[in-house]
Amino acid sequence: MASIVVPGEHVPAQHVNLKLGPGLLQLSAHRAQPPNSHLIISTRAGQLDHSANKSRWWVECNSRRYVPAPQESVIGIVLGRSGDGWRVDIGSAHPALLDGLAFESATKRSKPNLKVGALVYARVSLAHKDMEPELECFDAQTHKAEGFGELSGGFVMQCSLRMSRLLLDPKHFLLPFLGSRFPLEVAVGMNGRTWISAKGVKQTIAVVRCIEAVDPDGAGMEEGDVKKLFNRLEI
Amino acid sequence: MRPQSPSIPEKEFTYEALKQSLRLDGRGPLEIRTPTITFGPELGWVECTLGKTRVVAYVDAKMVKPPPERPFEGTITIHSEISPMASVDYELGRPSEEEVTMIRMLDKVLRRSDAIDKESLCILAGQRVWHLRLTVHCLADAGNMLDCACLAGIVAFKHFRRSEVEVIGDDVVVHAPEERAPVPLAIHHTPFCVTFAFFPDPTTRPVVDPSLLEQRLSAGAMSIALNAQREICVLHKAGGVPTAPDEILRLLNVTVGIAKDLDKLVEARLREDWAERKVEVR
Repeated sequence: MASIVVPGEHVPAQHVNLKLGPGLLQLSAHRAQPPNSHLIISTRAGQLDHSANKSRWWVECNSRRYVPAPQESVIGIVLGRSGDGWRVDIGSAHPALLDGLAFESATKRSKPNLKVGALVYARVSLAHKDMEPELECFDAQTHKAEGFGELSGGFVMQCSLRMSRLLLDPKHFLLPFLGSRFPLEVAVGMNGRTWISAKGVKQTIAVVRCIEAVDPDGAGMEEGDVKKLFNRLEI
Repeated sequence: MRPQSPSIPEKEFTYEALKQSLRLDGRGPLEIRTPTITFGPELGWVECTLGKTRVVAYVDAKMVKPPPERPFEGTITIHSEISPMASVDYELGRPSEEEVTMIRMLDKVLRRSDAIDKESLCILAGQRVWHLRLTVHCLADAGNMLDCACLAGIVAFKHFRRSEVEVIGDDVVVHAPEERAPVPLAIHHTPFCVTFAFFPDPTTRPVVDPSLLEQRLSAGAMSIALNAQREICVLHKAGGVPTAPDEILRLLNVTVGIAKDLDKLVEARLREDWAERKVEVR
């Protein structure tokens, strides 16, 4: 049972252990009526959704511009050096900072060498509305890369943010379907950038076209139509 | 903000694909994205899209006193502004070099190619002429905004109809659209603009209607404006890529084919729209 909300609307989210996802905001207690009650409002237009036990609430919507949120994995383009680290474009309003030591087995002596224009797969470690976002390429507890780091070769494409979330959904049909046809490597960033590495140019183009066809911001095709499109493509 | 250059993997992949004559959207090197043309409720309001590139153009007319040096001619002005709505690369008030080229090309293709008969815009010599104002709004930039804006502009002129006027002695009577049917503008020919992108690698053939990525990676561009009667209006080559005369002639022939197709499409869409607007009066 889904309902549509517009920005500023009151959301009936109540739980002892309430977690708010994207598009929701808790107003400070003194502005709430009656005092000390939790007043939750939506900040985006979209479909209001919650988990089965009603502890997690979020607004499901689509957009093209990325707003960083902590712990999200993103794909960025290195813009240049700044101090000990790099400035990285992740599609947000301000460039993000990636520290030179935020890599697996990086020390003061040996830091990875990233060129301007290189692609990195990183996690947002700090996202605050008044500060520049910060990235890291390892897990802060284990200091292991866990798949983060520089992406070399392949191709990166831009899609809508809703599409990148669909690609990350294990139940979505597209990536398993493409993976059953030919080997491919994919890194999906929550900022709407998807890195694809397949064996040939034609295979990579086929993946790009299938993702663009499924994108709700573009053609928005269904599973059957995408498979028909895929069979028409040369590989 | 300066448009950022594409990342290294994007650059290498696109060059590699273009070398094999493959494009990311599955088009051939000399194939354009099929434009879609949508008309608004008003005459002279047109929305034109090329893939995800989207431009709105509209025409309005008002009566003004002509400048003394040209008392028999109406005037046409083109207003265009590329706002940050189109892409984050654009900034308000500070046009980049690319934007200036685009605005100048729009002026050359639509106004200085004499597509619209200016003398027919005269109502009363030296006293009253029509002033046509074309406004171009770029809503989204996914590459090749110039061609899209030119197409939207010329279709808006073709779609526009001005009110019928009558001159009795020195008095000008403007008839409301309900009274007398508005009249279309006198248009001599329909120029279409087609852009090619050239790449730094000399073995890579140029591509028509570049996407945003191709446009950023290109070393130069050539825009050709011509009409379906094979008359060239503008040929503008930017960037310093040396090109053989034979190659330019080959691209011109390609452009002629594209212009003929576009002409057919535009005429068909205008007829369709006009058929919908007919009101039967009994």
